[in-house]
Amino acid sequence: MTLHLPGLLDTDTIRKDFPILERLLHDDRPLVYLDNAATSQTPRQVIDAMTQYYASSNANVHRGVHVLAEEATALYEGARDKVAAFINAPSRDEIVFTKNSSEAINLVANMLTWADEPFKVGVGADVVITEMEHHSNIVPWQLLAQRTGAQLKWFGLTDDGRLDLSNIEQVITEETKVVSVVHTSNILGTVNDLDPIVRRAHDVGALVVVDASQAAPHMVLDVQALGADFVAFTGHKMCGPTGIGVLWGRLGLLEELPPFLGGGEMIETVTMSASTYAPAPHKFEAGTPPIAEAVGLGAAIDYLSAIGMDRIAAHEHAITGYAVDALNGVEGLKIIGPADNVARAAAISFTFGDIHPHDVGQVLDEQGIAVRVGHHCARPVCLRYGVPATTRASFYLYSTPAEVDALVAGLEHVRRFFG
Amino acid sequence: MKLDEMYQEIILDHYRHPHNKGLRDPFDTQVHHVNPTCGDEVTLRVKLDGEKVLDVSYEGQGCSISQASASVMTDLVIGHTIEDAMHAGDEFLALMQSKGQGEPDEEVLEDAVAFVGVSKYPARVKCALLGWMAFKDATAQALQTTEGQK
Repeated sequence: MTLHLPGLLDTDTIRKDFPILERLLHDDRPLVYLDNAATSQTPRQVIDAMTQYYASSNANVHRGVHVLAEEATALYEGARDKVAAFINAPSRDEIVFTKNSSEAINLVANMLTWADEPFKVGVGADVVITEMEHHSNIVPWQLLAQRTGAQLKWFGLTDDGRLDLSNIEQVITEETKVVSVVHTSNILGTVNDLDPIVRRAHDVGALVVVDASQAAPHMVLDVQALGADFVAFTGHKMCGPTGIGVLWGRLGLLEELPPFLGGGEMIETVTMSASTYAPAPHKFEAGTPPIAEAVGLGAAIDYLSAIGMDRIAAHEHAITGYAVDALNGVEGLKIIGPADNVARAAAISFTFGDIHPHDVGQVLDEQGIAVRVGHHCARPVCLRYGVPATTRASFYLYSTPAEVDALVAGLEHVRRFFG
Repeated sequence: MKLDEMYQEIILDHYRHPHNKGLRDPFDTQVHHVNPTCGDEVTLRVKLDGEKVLDVSYEGQGCSISQASASVMTDLVIGHTIEDAMHAGDEFLALMQSKGQGEPDEEVLEDAVAFVGVSKYPARVKCALLGWMAFKDATAQALQTTEGQK
């Protein structure tokens, strides 16, 4: 029986673009890939674009005058244009390519470490994060605070998996220099309403950094509507390759703030005693960049945009609603995070009786079902909800209701195995 | 079926009814070890008496493999000489690194031979070693303290 949920995409067609989804695992079981929050699968269009780049246009960028160098430069800078359009950035010069989201956030933290007033973060300044963050949006700020003498503060979580902003005026104050917050939680699936945070932060003159790693792949991300100052996301969670991430920053800030990594590409002139720097974004892209990866990200953006981010969001909303209902019906299963489908993304964490997530994941794997188990690089969230780890199923544009059914059947098998 | 190779009945028995679980006094040293990839934790105490391991007790949270392995480990070391216990630890480490090819000595490893199937799963080897690593660390620290007092 084929299930018809409103908003579902034509997954039969979409899945044909993803060669890996045809794989059979242990004893010829079809792959049920439910680990999309960790990394998404790669469509043929992206693989082909990267292969084509290496097969016919491979060269270093921004330096040669030969044909290949010009093609490589055009492809690399073309990817920057695609990213800018994808997130509605006012200028292509606001797109800095990084290795991943972690590097993007570390880059901002280091810009602020070395900045002059008024951006300098030092003794007497506060840095604000939340308990919902991925480690990649915690540790860079801990390092910043430890190295500069700034104070690290954070918002807590409510029992139902939302940010607790009830004390926003005490957490974000005149001392706050920067607020860095996750758009969509990788572990809880919560989609945060960032408006109150952006407004309060800007009222007190603080910068706002948004970790959009779990947002950019799944919904329309409009940096102008968001109102933040920096936004970070990564290519491999949005059908692109690993090794390429994006930092979007307001042009005025990128012009004003100092570089972090020094090297080739990021300079204007160099003498033995000093250098001047290229304008943004090149100022922040020292060394040969991940060119093929940028090309792959550009192809991924073309792929996603052709389907439409609004339609992808609707598909995931339908799948998530179906999955939340199905999982809530599994005896002994407890969703960690919003238990409904309101302001919720397609990553669902849960505990399953007292069966450890490692054991859940192992038995699911035997049935061809790939989920993530552990603390999902968000250990403070696990501590907050008193669980050592969770099992997480996460969906994407190619996920189907049948895969949700396979997960539920798989969990019943887990119960029998350890019962 | 591969799953049954990993989750042998002996392992599931130790998981459901762990031996020597719960922290006990007296003890010489206490250590806390974590598996950073999955969040498994163990707190473990060792009481030595000369050349002998007088007692080992532990508290922890983790998957069936890590919990069962800690339980099996206590059986293999309590009441044995430190040398024999360390030897068993080395044998177990070698078994875990064998990628399913190990031929464990049942005289030395007893119930721990059941973990041979686990060694095929690289992601789970660390789970099986967690309790052993804690034991080795606690014992080394206890010996150091004893040395210092001489």
